[in-house]
Amino acid sequence: MRETAFPEATQRAAIEVAGLHVAIDGQPLLDVRELVLDGPGPTLILGPNGAGKSLLLRCLHGLIAPDRGTIRQGGVAMGAAHRSCQAMVFQRPVLLRRPVAANLDFVLRRQGLGRAERRQRIAELLAEGGLAGKARQSARSLSGGEAQRLAILRALATGPEILFLDEPTSALDPAATQAIEAMIRRAARRGTRIVMVTHDIGQARRLGHDIVLMQGGCVAEHAPAHVFFEAPRSEAAKRFLAGALVI
Amino acid sequence: MQDFAQEFKSAAALILAGDPELWAIVLLSLKVSLLAVLIAALIGMPLGAALGVGRFPGRRAVVIVLNALMGLPPVVVGLLVYLMLSRSGPLGVLNLLYTPSAMIVAQVVLVTPIVAALTRQTVETLDAEYSEQLRSLGVSRLASVPTLLWDSRLALLTALLAGFGRAIAEVGAVIMVGGNINHVTRVMTTTIALETSKGNLALALALGTILIGIAVTVTGAVSLLGLNDDRGALKHA
Repeated sequence: MRETAFPEATQRAAIEVAGLHVAIDGQPLLDVRELVLDGPGPTLILGPNGAGKSLLLRCLHGLIAPDRGTIRQGGVAMGAAHRSCQAMVFQRPVLLRRPVAANLDFVLRRQGLGRAERRQRIAELLAEGGLAGKARQSARSLSGGEAQRLAILRALATGPEILFLDEPTSALDPAATQAIEAMIRRAARRGTRIVMVTHDIGQARRLGHDIVLMQGGCVAEHAPAHVFFEAPRSEAAKRFLAGALVI
Repeated sequence: MQDFAQEFKSAAALILAGDPELWAIVLLSLKVSLLAVLIAALIGMPLGAALGVGRFPGRRAVVIVLNALMGLPPVVVGLLVYLMLSRSGPLGVLNLLYTPSAMIVAQVVLVTPIVAALTRQTVETLDAEYSEQLRSLGVSRLASVPTLLWDSRLALLTALLAGFGRAIAEVGAVIMVGGNINHVTRVMTTTIALETSKGNLALALALGTILIGIAVTVTGAVSLLGLNDDRGALKHA
């Protein structure tokens, strides 16, 4: 069942992309003429391998500088200050070689919180992620689903206005996927803008408020989820939804 | 054959009886090598970490030179340190030649490249894993160094143990700058060489046994650290 009860996203967190271009060794990998992400619910980015989905996410988060083009957040050109109100979760969770609680403490310390406040916040976060009994366990010994939940909790601990997720459930079983989708829904309901890459059309149907389909480094279609799935306009989207091998 | 058996018995007796001369040599060896490793860590770890995360022109050449220095021939190090500390050398005024301090200097020169090169390798590998995530969390390159060092602490401890192994087993450099002076600069390796040439096999064997014991302990500690580090990662593999 699709979640629709999202609050109005703040204007600050709207993302506008114009003329974004990235090339490596002269080969264009990303060419996004215009993209505006200002809807109230999660944006799901779909597309085949090599379509530029992860590259777009990294550009939006400032991890890769584009050759040209502009990215604006809340009407202001993206800069270092914006990074502090964004967070990103990667396909393969990168956890510090420390206990579970220490991974969360790492980001809470950076916010200047006192010890008691950090302990309380860690307890809340672990409860939210279903990891309450694993605070002292080594983060590297967590299962794949638990590790990804911890990575999402750590990202949420920064209090992001925008949360980028790069195929966070691609290596997980249905139960672990369900738990992570529930966390994403809760974050979206609290007003965090979600921008997520996925290969899973079913997941895009379950989570997406609007869908971006990428192909060959370009945006083939960007539409509200119900429009995208019921009446796609682009040939690429029609073929993608029909199950054709879009490359 | 019977003579050898007798020498082994005498060596065991020296160890078990707590022979003061033997244990004084062991203690001086440990003191010199532990101090050398400590100083090498203070120099080599920051240097290795800076090379691990830093990007500058000529970095690759520096890494190659550093790796090559891991195999420095001890006698060449002994010669260079001797020239530096000899009366006519640039540091001759310090009067360090034929003192334990000179032996520490020689071991620092030998161990620092090992610590720095292994630190560089460890930090660089972890940086490749953490880099994007730390940037995403707003951690600058410079601020990421303490995180990388802390999270690779087991590997760095292994590097220090490897350095200690090199220092404690070294003979060529320390005999050149220390002189093997009885009760002053005589350490396990130099004593073994001297006593063997004199035919005093009991003391040489006793020291050799202790040296092997230390080497086995260090190797065992390195293996245990590696095992504990991997255990967590393998739990859910």
